[in-house]
Amino acid sequence: MAGFPYFPHTEADVQSMLDRVGVKKVEDLYADVPKEFIKKGAYALPDAMSEPEVRAWLNGLAGMNARMKVFVGAGAYDHYTPSVIPYITSRSEFLTAYTPYQCEISQGTLRYIFEYQSMVCELTGMDISNASLYDGPTAAAEAMKMAIACTKKKTRVLLSCTLLPHVVKVVETYAKFHGVALGYVPAADGQTSFEALKAELEKGDVAGLIAPEINRYGIVEDHAGFADALHGAKALLVEYCDPSTLAVIKSPAEWGADIAVGDGQSLGIPLCFGGPYVGFMGVKKEHMRKMPGRIVGQTTDKDGKRAFVLTLQAREQHIKREKATSNICSNESLMALWVTVYLSLMGPEGLREVNRLSCDGAHYLQAELLKTGLFEDPFPGKPFLKEFVLKPKAFPGMMQQRLEKAGYFAALDTEEGYVSFCVTEQRTKEEIDELVNIVKEG
Amino acid sequence: MSKIIEGLKYSESHEWVKVEDGIAVVGVTDFAQAEMGDITYVDMPEVDDEVTAGEEFGALESVKAASDLISPVSGKVVAVNEALEDEPEKVNEDAFENWIIKVEMSDPSELDNLLDAAAYKAQIGE
Amino acid sequence: MKYYDKLIFELSRKGRTGYSLPANRFPAAPELPVQLRREASPDLPEVSEVDVVRHYTNLSQMNFGVDTGFYPLGSCTMKYNPKVNEEIAALPGFTGLHPLMHAGLTKGALKVYQEMNKALAAITGMEAFTFDPCAGAHGELTGLMIMRQYHMMRNDLKRTKVIVPDSAHGTNPASAAVCGLEIVEVKSLENGRVDVEALKPLLDETVAGMMMTNPNTLGLFETQIKEITELVHGIGGLMYYDGANMNPLMGVVRPGDMGFDIMHLNLHKTFSTPHGGGGPGSGPVGVAAHLVDCLPDIRVSGFHGNFGVILRAYAYILMLGKQNLKKVGQYSVLSANYIKECLKDAYKLPIEGVCKHEFVFDGLINDGAHDDVHGATTLDVAKRLLDFGFHAPTIYFPLLFHQALMIEPTETESKETIDAFIDVMHEIAREAAEDPRILQEAPHSAPIKRPDETAAARNPILKFKDAQ
Repeated sequence: MAGFPYFPHTEADVQSMLDRVGVKKVEDLYADVPKEFIKKGAYALPDAMSEPEVRAWLNGLAGMNARMKVFVGAGAYDHYTPSVIPYITSRSEFLTAYTPYQCEISQGTLRYIFEYQSMVCELTGMDISNASLYDGPTAAAEAMKMAIACTKKKTRVLLSCTLLPHVVKVVETYAKFHGVALGYVPAADGQTSFEALKAELEKGDVAGLIAPEINRYGIVEDHAGFADALHGAKALLVEYCDPSTLAVIKSPAEWGADIAVGDGQSLGIPLCFGGPYVGFMGVKKEHMRKMPGRIVGQTTDKDGKRAFVLTLQAREQHIKREKATSNICSNESLMALWVTVYLSLMGPEGLREVNRLSCDGAHYLQAELLKTGLFEDPFPGKPFLKEFVLKPKAFPGMMQQRLEKAGYFAALDTEEGYVSFCVTEQRTKEEIDELVNIVKEG
Repeated sequence: MSKIIEGLKYSESHEWVKVEDGIAVVGVTDFAQAEMGDITYVDMPEVDDEVTAGEEFGALESVKAASDLISPVSGKVVAVNEALEDEPEKVNEDAFENWIIKVEMSDPSELDNLLDAAAYKAQIGE
Repeated sequence: MKYYDKLIFELSRKGRTGYSLPANRFPAAPELPVQLRREASPDLPEVSEVDVVRHYTNLSQMNFGVDTGFYPLGSCTMKYNPKVNEEIAALPGFTGLHPLMHAGLTKGALKVYQEMNKALAAITGMEAFTFDPCAGAHGELTGLMIMRQYHMMRNDLKRTKVIVPDSAHGTNPASAAVCGLEIVEVKSLENGRVDVEALKPLLDETVAGMMMTNPNTLGLFETQIKEITELVHGIGGLMYYDGANMNPLMGVVRPGDMGFDIMHLNLHKTFSTPHGGGGPGSGPVGVAAHLVDCLPDIRVSGFHGNFGVILRAYAYILMLGKQNLKKVGQYSVLSANYIKECLKDAYKLPIEGVCKHEFVFDGLINDGAHDDVHGATTLDVAKRLLDFGFHAPTIYFPLLFHQALMIEPTETESKETIDAFIDVMHEIAREAAEDPRILQEAPHSAPIKRPDETAAARNPILKFKDAQ
């Protein structure tokens, strides 16, 4: 058989290594494995492909996917990725490194994580950020566990019913096995009901509430009074947020949140069928020791030079084992770099500009769709940015199929019988006008 | 050779107890602080928390390790050494001077289950 | 490597921008109500595109990756990350897919999942995989949820304990605790394997299952695995396989055939996807046929897991095919044994005999300690290696030995690279014997010397503004 590009061993190499080890053949190195467990016969795998064949095959599979103009959000947003980002993140010194255990030769990774933490704190207004979590929904699940850990002897965490469905499902899974009782705060007038929250707090045993800054209907929620009510009941406020909007809307800290979580995907990370994304978490200083995940800190080396290290590690699984706040080990470091480079390029003004373009485009689309007379606005006058829902007046017929056929992924059905739309800065006026025409022609 | 003070009570998990006016003052031994190395954080309970003999009431942390603090007596915490919040290194400097919590004992007879200085010295092999 | 001391915030100048966006052709939307508006602008850097590119290029030059040099980090399987994988994962036909697009629009992506499911099932002997978990520890947690779900579905609610060997990865007990299970540790024998006699009394109807990695964290095959799985199954428990150490078994042994019911794989270890300085990874979880019904209710990530990572692993599996799979296991084991044999004259080998893909030394044989001079520790050896252009092995793990130095070469390193590493390890041992201070002051040539980690933990500076 021909050689294989990832195995550098020549026959002579193998022979001399076998001689040094003192065995005759490679199979002898498995002599301690009971014979019955050595796999007999061929593996049910395809034949090996050459690199051009792999490339051709996967290009073919990529071609089987539809290329759509995305008018849906619901937790994954089609924002623009500046060209610089993939160039930086594919530098192999970043890409092919492990977790920065040897800090002296990992200052690159450690510095960008420190910058990432600083940026998460700037956007959320929180005191402390970790080095990243898997995605937004798992960050919410970690926040749920943290709320329990920070409020001794309480067993119940409240979820707002306006959280995105995929967030709720993940939090429910973690809660079931971690032994957390969940309570649900219903919506009133399209946003988390303050009255219902107060009623739940009356029942007692509440460790915290997880509520979205922008909810499943796209509405920017008003959380006035939430923090005071929760703190009065010795419970924590966890704000779930879209970081891309935080240069514009009230920050979690401004709402008085104890923990801010969300998905960094909206900061220039491609949709990529759901991952890799990056979960973020910012907390108030007093909860620092209960925060899950890696944290990078600044110190000095022996010569007094500024240096960065993984710190506060006594919280983590490799030291605390079963007493650790979380089991997280590998996180989403490279995606944290992705976000850091994005935020460096955009700056505060770039973020605001992305929001203006998305928000103006979304409002234009909503107005045009309402003009068709085919929809009702279920939440008239409620503030939204890039995402909104409409209620179709009649059965929308083949609307979605017609849109799909024309290359539009839009009007996502929601559990409540609405259809959901999202506009980012990537969507043009021509696309919006065409979309509205297709809807009308039905 | 680590320091051991005569007249105190000791636990096998390296805590010391000194009884002052019926209140148990609890800290960790010099041996324990030396084993831990540079202490970076002392996790302490809050005043009015209940502690139980043989159960953890907090932890010592260093850069690469965490070690539970086990209460030698049962009762209610009446004071915690707040100075350790900002200066955990005080435990390294003098583990006997820098107590961690004070406990109003619910069962002072538990003190009889603890080691005296000689027995503790034998336990740590010095 | 040179030292570069800037943070992106320090390059910021008011009014500089690094972005380019289309002109706004829409009418202005109504302004947000005042009470919903952010008050203070976030202090993000204001820098040009050139500033950004130079800064992160400079940072990258203070980093060491697999592409830089040999990375024998035990338990991490730092094999070469093929470049074609990166190209595949960046194809717009994949990166442009919204996760909520239905099956009719995502046929290619779904085919990738189906083919990966078949391939991983063939490689491991499991029935089906879920691809939701985003890392190894996430996979462990998911696997334990499946374990509990299995017992819950049978209304067998008293099973709250999980048995974990004392040599287990730290994530095992942490994952169990997050899953609401109580950990019971079983100790190892002198020969590094699980003590079956010590296991027996721990087994009763309160045990949900047992977590093992095989070969274990010492790189040793658990020779009594059959007896162990029979004992655990005998009391109604399930066997969980921690796939962190799957590499040596590739193409040779299948966890499913050994009797494991649930397992995870680390695609970022065994299946060549880059580790990215700490993720993104992917930790698909496989189950035996009798557990397939437990999968659907368990949702541990937002959408379909880390699709981009799964794509890379798929490209790797296609390159390997059935012809090359076995070489992964065999060469990884051969290289580890070769290093072990070549270095055991200078480093303490606590357990003799054949190892698998990795092995553990317990520090130097001669650490150079004399009079008032302390001997060189495993940490010192690790730091000195950095001066010679090698990454360090995993140190102080597993916890069974005080000076653990865990070496895993993987199958992608040439004999020349391995020999160069062996020479340097001998050189370091000679230095230690002569003057351990050379090691204790190492690294000498890295961008920084050893940092003050105690100060970092006592007075945490965790963001740019804390330092100002």
